[in-house]
Amino acid sequence: MDFNQDHFALLGLAPAFAIDGERLDQAYRALQTEFHPDRFAHAGEAEQRLAMQWSTRINEAYQTLKSPFSRAKYLLELQGIQAMDANNTAMPAEFLVQQMEWRESLMSTVATADYPGLQALEKAAKAEADRLLGELAADLDERRDYLAASETLRKYRFLEKLLADIDNAYAELE
Amino acid sequence: MALLQISEPGLSTAPHEHRLAAGIDLGTTNSLVATVRNGISVVLNDERGRPLLPSVVRYLNDGVTVVGYDAQARQSDDPHNTIVSVKRFMGRGLKDLVDLSTLPYHFVDAPGMVQLKTVVGAKTPVEVSAEILKALKMRAETALGGELTGAVITVPAYFDDAQRQATKDAARLAGLNVLRLLNEPTAAAIAYGLDNSSEGIYAVYDLGGGTFDISVLKLTKGVFEVLATNGDSALGGDDFDRRVYCWMLEQSGLSVLSDHDKSLLMAKAREAKEALTEHAEARITAVLTTGELIDLTLTEGQFNELTASLVGKTLTPTRKALRDAGLSAADVKGVVMVGGSTRIPRIQAAVGEFFGQTPLTNLDPDKVVALGAAIQANVLAGNKREDDWLLLDVAPLSLGLETMGGLVEKIIPRNSTIPIARAQDFTTYKDGQTAMSIHVLQGERERVSDCRSLARFELRGIPPMVAGAARIRVTFQVDADGLLSVSARETATGVEAHIEVKPSYGLTDDEIARMLRESIDHAMDDVDARQLAELRVDAQRLVDATQSALAENGAALLSQSERTAIDALLGQMNAALTTSDPSAIKRATEALNQGTTEFAARRMDVGIKRALAGHKIEDIGI
Repeated sequence: MDFNQDHFALLGLAPAFAIDGERLDQAYRALQTEFHPDRFAHAGEAEQRLAMQWSTRINEAYQTLKSPFSRAKYLLELQGIQAMDANNTAMPAEFLVQQMEWRESLMSTVATADYPGLQALEKAAKAEADRLLGELAADLDERRDYLAASETLRKYRFLEKLLADIDNAYAELE
Repeated sequence: MALLQISEPGLSTAPHEHRLAAGIDLGTTNSLVATVRNGISVVLNDERGRPLLPSVVRYLNDGVTVVGYDAQARQSDDPHNTIVSVKRFMGRGLKDLVDLSTLPYHFVDAPGMVQLKTVVGAKTPVEVSAEILKALKMRAETALGGELTGAVITVPAYFDDAQRQATKDAARLAGLNVLRLLNEPTAAAIAYGLDNSSEGIYAVYDLGGGTFDISVLKLTKGVFEVLATNGDSALGGDDFDRRVYCWMLEQSGLSVLSDHDKSLLMAKAREAKEALTEHAEARITAVLTTGELIDLTLTEGQFNELTASLVGKTLTPTRKALRDAGLSAADVKGVVMVGGSTRIPRIQAAVGEFFGQTPLTNLDPDKVVALGAAIQANVLAGNKREDDWLLLDVAPLSLGLETMGGLVEKIIPRNSTIPIARAQDFTTYKDGQTAMSIHVLQGERERVSDCRSLARFELRGIPPMVAGAARIRVTFQVDADGLLSVSARETATGVEAHIEVKPSYGLTDDEIARMLRESIDHAMDDVDARQLAELRVDAQRLVDATQSALAENGAALLSQSERTAIDALLGQMNAALTTSDPSAIKRATEALNQGTTEFAARRMDVGIKRALAGHKIEDIGI
């Protein structure tokens, strides 16, 4: 077994954006059940060291594939594309305008403690994030258009950050 | 009469003897030790039938050290030499400590960790904790009739690296083989989860004497997965006592007290708090050394008012943990209460209100952590074919590096499942720069000054290049104990400058050896004999592990010549073990470790195939 095999192979999945989350969880648990350092606490030093390395490797693979963002980014890396590279910053103007509007709306809902406004914003942002995930699946799995996927991924990154900030805004309003 | 030991059917595959293992809850106020006997986790009582060991250590000027109830009883008479709640000082510098005015100790500021001046000299919190652990070790070994193979020691989930390292050092100093540092709420979840065979999302609310943890776990068939943890490693029952103590001073118009009276009134405050868990009011009476009489009555209502902000301080981390787990209070199926302070009625009410359900209190909140730790220790010691459950825990706090402008670049985010490793590349900012200073930090804030500094080290020997050309890869590894190690190397030129750091407060092996030598208890011991004994234990453990690995799949995975080579190493080891030559045993141990690395790797591969195929080993013909 090759320590350097890709995350999909390690977890016994076909390399694709659309994955069976249940199977991913099961494969992860099955592997950790074998390799977690707790299984080797009474073993020799060499096995303890390997167990930590393997368990670390399994955690890395699982965390990468679990999140849609990192899974897509990783699939592009397997194609030799660094989607989030600092040089890849070009974004369509209308997308950026929309982002700015949402950002402004977020600031004003927080400033005025506008709870329903925040919920409406969250709903809109979630819908857009979901739409982008659908687009990513089509770009990556069907059209295999990796350049388009890179741009979709960068858009999705904006939405993820916005949703995280909306989450923080809820905490502030509490 | 000695009872016959009967092992549980089907638990042990190899016909080896039952290894003695214990779970230790090293608490702020009280400590406990538990073990699994005949498949059931039980707390081990002292010779007078008491389960708790007060975490109190008293140093006498004749070199005798007293631990537990006897030390606690003399707390007010000898406040400077009677150390209580030492856990609060673990891995802490003087500047980290608050409420110094209510503490009767003479602190000595020392690099890394504060020390306490006693009649037998300055003691580090690590040494004081080691005394508590030694007492528990002795209790366990007396009860079990043999030397412990190893122990699981619990720590608050929100303990940072300094506090964890200090705990591990204390265990080493006490002569314990630490199988794992286990987070307290996770230990409680094991005790509860295995008892009730529950499934779903559980929250563990753990308010101890000096620390608060909240953990959110997902329980699915045999897997305990910690989703998020949060807390406050300086908030606990002690703070409730202190509020009552301050109220007493205010009511009596007192300000300056002798250390004896401080200890006395703190003890009275604690008694009042405990009385209020069952009564609507508590009467507090005391005679001070000045002859002054204190006679007060504290009602439950007054107590709740005094401590309302403390209760509130536990709910903020609770909210954060739920948010980090991506859940709301309504998703939580059960709330487990842990720690003596959860007996306070107002706390039970507040937690019940927050989660919209009555918290679970069916296991003794003082014992549940030790019981869970013992179950884990039993598995880790190898007494159980452990394919029935698995524990996946997280790192509680983010880890990062200092970058330009005094900011922290996070490398490992909080709530990452451990073990975990992350690497980050950095570069030089000056032409010809040949060294780089690396500052490791832990915490959630953005500024260096707001985070805990874990270690600083310098990477030297970078080949001179133009600014920005060097690639320094810094790797953080957090192991299953939640402990960090950092390494760095320059990758652009292939010139390696590799360094392993242990955070600065971590004790080196030499320091541990020195402390052992200095320790009064070991003055009679021959340090060399002790070292030899430890080497033998390690060597024997390796021989046992190798032999059981060979029995399991040596035939399938090794060629005849490879098998012969390992057998030869085993033979050398056995020969070394018949001597009393520490360096021969050490050499043989290293050789056997080295010689079985490839075999270990192949055993791992078999495991991978087996795990992915979802079959047992016999199904794939090994």
